[in-house]
Amino acid sequence: MSLIRLEEVWRSYEMGTETVHALRGVSLSIERGEYVAIMGPSGSGKSTLMNILGCLDTPTTGSYELNGQAVADMDDDELAGIRNREIGFVFQTFNLLPRTTALRNVELPLIYAGMDVDERRETALGALADVGLAERVSHRPNEMSGGQRQRVAIARALVNKPSILLADEPTGNLDTKTGEEILELFASLSAKGNTLVVVTHEENVARHAHRIIRIRDGLVASDETAAP
Amino acid sequence: MKLLSELREGIAISWSALRANLMRSVLTTVGIVIGIVTVTLMATALETLDVVFHEAISFMGTDVLYVAREEWFADSNIKWQDIMKREKISLAQARTLERELGGVRGIAPTVVYGSDSVTHGSRSASMVMVTGTNEQLLVTGGIELASGRFLTRTEAYANRSLCVVGSEVAEKLFGSESPLGQRLRIDGMPFEVIGTLMKRGSVLGRMSLDNQIIIPIQCMTRTFRSNPSCIIQVKAGDPSNIDGTKEELRGVLRKIRKVPPGKDDDFSINQQETLVNQFKKVSMVIATAGFFITGLSLFVGGIGIMNIMFVSVTERTQEIGVRKALGARRRTILLQFLVEAASICVLGGVIALIIARVAVEIARQYIPQVSFSFSIVLLAFAVAIGTGLISGLLPAWRAAGMKPVDALRKE
Repeated sequence: MSLIRLEEVWRSYEMGTETVHALRGVSLSIERGEYVAIMGPSGSGKSTLMNILGCLDTPTTGSYELNGQAVADMDDDELAGIRNREIGFVFQTFNLLPRTTALRNVELPLIYAGMDVDERRETALGALADVGLAERVSHRPNEMSGGQRQRVAIARALVNKPSILLADEPTGNLDTKTGEEILELFASLSAKGNTLVVVTHEENVARHAHRIIRIRDGLVASDETAAP
Repeated sequence: MKLLSELREGIAISWSALRANLMRSVLTTVGIVIGIVTVTLMATALETLDVVFHEAISFMGTDVLYVAREEWFADSNIKWQDIMKREKISLAQARTLERELGGVRGIAPTVVYGSDSVTHGSRSASMVMVTGTNEQLLVTGGIELASGRFLTRTEAYANRSLCVVGSEVAEKLFGSESPLGQRLRIDGMPFEVIGTLMKRGSVLGRMSLDNQIIIPIQCMTRTFRSNPSCIIQVKAGDPSNIDGTKEELRGVLRKIRKVPPGKDDDFSINQQETLVNQFKKVSMVIATAGFFITGLSLFVGGIGIMNIMFVSVTERTQEIGVRKALGARRRTILLQFLVEAASICVLGGVIALIIARVAVEIARQYIPQVSFSFSIVLLAFAVAIGTGLISGLLPAWRAAGMKPVDALRKE
């Protein structure tokens, strides 16, 4: 069974009197362990697709099954639970909480999952060590470099052992060298069996993925699996 | 996620948020502090008023009835002119009542005269309350002898000029000497001191109960006030059946004063309760007006909080988005902002209590009965938390209801 299965997903917005269709019937499935890049120019609907994959938004019509759970009809709190357990987010702007230490940032998903204090701390410390930040746990975001911030974000995304890691332009705010380091980290995560979905418009970011899905005008334009 | 750990988390978050915007938080807190201080002081003032009043009237005794020609508080349907036309309660009627009313512990007719000239040699006392009465005032009047003796029944209704003096009069006229056996003059008339009274304090810090002299009622009517209307103090035999005593007293008095059946009483029987009831009416009005006015300042403080919470929610929209993306549920976000609003208020409450405490200490220098009760501390905190929750609800609701996509997109 596929980890992710979208079928005929439409997403429409009311803009005044007009209805804008950001997605016009997208169907795709992603298997466990895949490393997928979703590409497309701005306005193609790739962000909308990412929001739906990440359960931040729900399809107007169509079905979405994530890890065997029908997500399309869930209410806000059920979706919050799904995001907490199944999805790890990495954002272009890192989106760490300011004035909050790396450790606290990484602990957040565990807090929402209701884990007790000691276990939470230990788990979060482990996740930070996994991304090479064992020495930086009590630093605040403004005391860290962009690459370090993104690593904290990745640790936070992975700390709950989600089904998929969903990254939106993860290198967009980083210099080339740091971006490469993050992509290497992604490669090693993929090698360990994590499922990765990276949304990007940069070819050299997408090149690291094993499969590239191109979106244009709200539809899947191409879906290529790179030769291993 | 358990509610308790959510609360703990909320408190931690709100602390860091409040610290991050220190100036703003301080100003908002000042608003709420002012509100809570006024409410707290208002409540303290009302409580003090109550204590002072009850202390003030305690000299009357709860089981003593006061028979007088006039009502203490005339209802609007009784005309003052009519009251003044009533027949005086004469000493003769009072004595008849003494003979005919049984089952009471004491009956003391009293006639009061204010003298501005009480002297002993070169010393003098002014504004002295001179009470003409009989020997039973010792039972009905809540007074105690400090030295010497009180009037006897024979003396009360005889012409010998004897007197019992209050502690203030004794001190003013005789200093450290013993007043017993000495002479003093009231408006020039000589009286021999046979006893002194224990100190009793004052009513509302003004009217001294110790600046008084008690003389035989016969002397009073002969020397100072001829043909007065007596006020008769009656101490009920059974304090639990004061109403029964009152009815009996009323019946006997109607007979003595020959009030025909069907006609209204031409006298009134008052008691401490009459005063208390009247006081309750007044203090209710004060409380309502007071809490309304102080409530307004609290309301303004609450609006300040609501305003700042809306700002906070708007500023932290992206944070809300991140939290939601990471799995925060509606309740979690709602709670976070409610706790933040309540934190401001609780902080304000603590500061307000400290300020109110200091204010009460200062006030105590002037009014010793002022005190800071535990119930007021509770009230202040209830008000603080209530204000926080109410004013935080709307902003928190808005935050909790945000769609994660929209919240994240906001830069």
